[in-house]
Amino acid sequence: MNCKFFAVAVFAFSVCASGGAFAADITGAGATFPYPIYAKWAQTYKEKTGIGLNYQSIGSGGGIKQIRAKTVDFGATDAPLKFEELKKDGMIQFPTVMGGVVPVVNLEGIKPGQVKLTGKALADIYLGNIRKWNDAQLAALNPGVKLPAQDITVVHRSDGSGTTFIFTNYLSKISSDWKAKVGNSTSVSWPAPTSTGGKGNEGVASFVQRIKGSIGYVEYAYAKQNRLTHVLLQNRGGRFVEPSAKSFQAAAAGADWKKAPGFYEILTDEPGNESWPITGATFILMYKVQADPERARAILQFFDWAYREGDQMALSLDYIPMPDSVVKLIHDEWRSQLKDASGKPLWK
Amino acid sequence: MSSVSGTICGVDTAAESRTASRPFLPGHHKRQSLYDLLFRGATRAFASLVLALLLGILLSLVWGGWPAIRAFGWGFLASAEWNPVTERFGAVVPVYGTLVTSFIALLIGIPVSFGIALFLTELAPVWMRRPLGTAVELLAGIPSIIYGMWGLFVFAPIFAERVQPWLIEHFGSLPFAGVLFGGAPQGIGVLTAGIILAIMVIPFIASVMRDVFELVPPMLKESAYALGATTWEVMWHVVLPYTRIGAVGGILLGLGRALGETMAVTFVIGNAHRLNFSLFAPGNSIASALANEFTEAVGELHSAALIELGLILFFITYCVLALSKLLLSRLARMEGQQS
Repeated sequence: MNCKFFAVAVFAFSVCASGGAFAADITGAGATFPYPIYAKWAQTYKEKTGIGLNYQSIGSGGGIKQIRAKTVDFGATDAPLKFEELKKDGMIQFPTVMGGVVPVVNLEGIKPGQVKLTGKALADIYLGNIRKWNDAQLAALNPGVKLPAQDITVVHRSDGSGTTFIFTNYLSKISSDWKAKVGNSTSVSWPAPTSTGGKGNEGVASFVQRIKGSIGYVEYAYAKQNRLTHVLLQNRGGRFVEPSAKSFQAAAAGADWKKAPGFYEILTDEPGNESWPITGATFILMYKVQADPERARAILQFFDWAYREGDQMALSLDYIPMPDSVVKLIHDEWRSQLKDASGKPLWK
Repeated sequence: MSSVSGTICGVDTAAESRTASRPFLPGHHKRQSLYDLLFRGATRAFASLVLALLLGILLSLVWGGWPAIRAFGWGFLASAEWNPVTERFGAVVPVYGTLVTSFIALLIGIPVSFGIALFLTELAPVWMRRPLGTAVELLAGIPSIIYGMWGLFVFAPIFAERVQPWLIEHFGSLPFAGVLFGGAPQGIGVLTAGIILAIMVIPFIASVMRDVFELVPPMLKESAYALGATTWEVMWHVVLPYTRIGAVGGILLGLGRALGETMAVTFVIGNAHRLNFSLFAPGNSIASALANEFTEAVGELHSAALIELGLILFFITYCVLALSKLLLSRLARMEGQQS
């Protein structure tokens, strides 16, 4: 019996060992927001090429920590690193897909897209300056909509999150009050007295669904899939827009990526009549000098394939693919920045 | 520590003298004493592993939390601020939340568990005892995330619509206690977390209490019954004094679970770093703050502050244990004086 067990153990171990030796899977870790699309790309790519991607969605902060510790081939983050930080770490950064952050509400008798908000009103709600739904400022924005005399419960992410980063980035751009009192980060100190934190997009979504008179912010995909009551937001052009693939793409088109060193570009409050004001991209982090050029090339080939063939897959999961002009810039960045140990460029 | 090793040395010498007195089986005996030595060494190693682990965890918590300890000093324990942007951190909100939710859990959990254990050992018909006892043990084995999800999806809405308005109406205007029941009925918050925790600790406390109650020699109980005592009197004057240490042990086990519970609390406590004395308001607990923020804590000070919170939880648990031991020994001494 013992012998048998031992033999099985040895067999299992040898299988594992050989599996590890032959498969050149690339490894990455970080942001949870792009995990569904990375997983889908990885599955399709593996069927085609046999090269797998092992992506751990441990969160943006974790992704940055892991790539700094060099335990993964690439890190992934929703909150881009500043150009100076990239330079200090000797890394490059490039965007893969985009998404929108959508404010959602729970108000009786109110249908999706019925309530209009400006950035300032949204900031005032989250600052705790507007506490009732029938506040004069909200009523002025929504003539003809009957807003109840209900307390506003503000729902936010309790875990540090790229979604929060994009959301607070927008509020900081719109409201100087927000910028001074709260600021822009993956987690902040929420000033409104009714602030309640939900864990993850699903936590925020379920709190908003359960608390009457609440407002929260979630990734577009969650708002769409859970049929939450989204609001219309006023963009920089002064128009009230619906959150949709079209309005996110408009925001990306309005952005000037060329003038953003290290692709440090947060797509909030972008110009354009159709632009959704709270849009953001998610990023990949890689070291400029790669000790194992074959492995690094495998990563680049994967993302190159994803930019070329992955658009439909991204759209089917409610992500917005990068425009071709941006992909061209990314290729330029790869060509000029990524080197192997001897200084030869990795990407041609 | 030294007294323990002394006893071991004492046993050692005794074993050697026995070897000397029985010279006719040298091989066998030598082997036996070798096994004995190995056995003793192994058990000692396992036991010291616990100490080493405890010390290691303590050291690594202090080491990891050191930047925050250096930056905030004792002020960490007195500040209710928690701002990752300006990197100002204080422990008051999560510590308060941890203590209050655990207190609520025990306040509800202890009497109910006592009732369950009493019913199972004394009052329930014999055919009912085993299935009901097994059911209690099964409850203890349910993963905490399931309690959390149930709390959020099922309990919180009912609580917000039926129970909280009633509580606000009847207690909200009381002079001092009214503060506890103010605010909007959201369904999630400190009180909900405490109630969910109570449901989670009840099976632990109840099953330990049932087990220790069953250990009471029937003769003691029968003597009391023979003297004309009621079931309540037998329970209160015979069973409970006899099983005090075990019962307190069960309560401590429950308290340990309540203090350290993470997932279930995260779901229903509301995760807000704001000091609010209303039990309906969202709050935070240490374990829940750690679970929420640790993966995304980018700044050194933020993660250090979280680790320092872990250290504080460690000390809270230690203090609770020490206090209960103290209480038990005081009780034992009072008993001695009475008789």
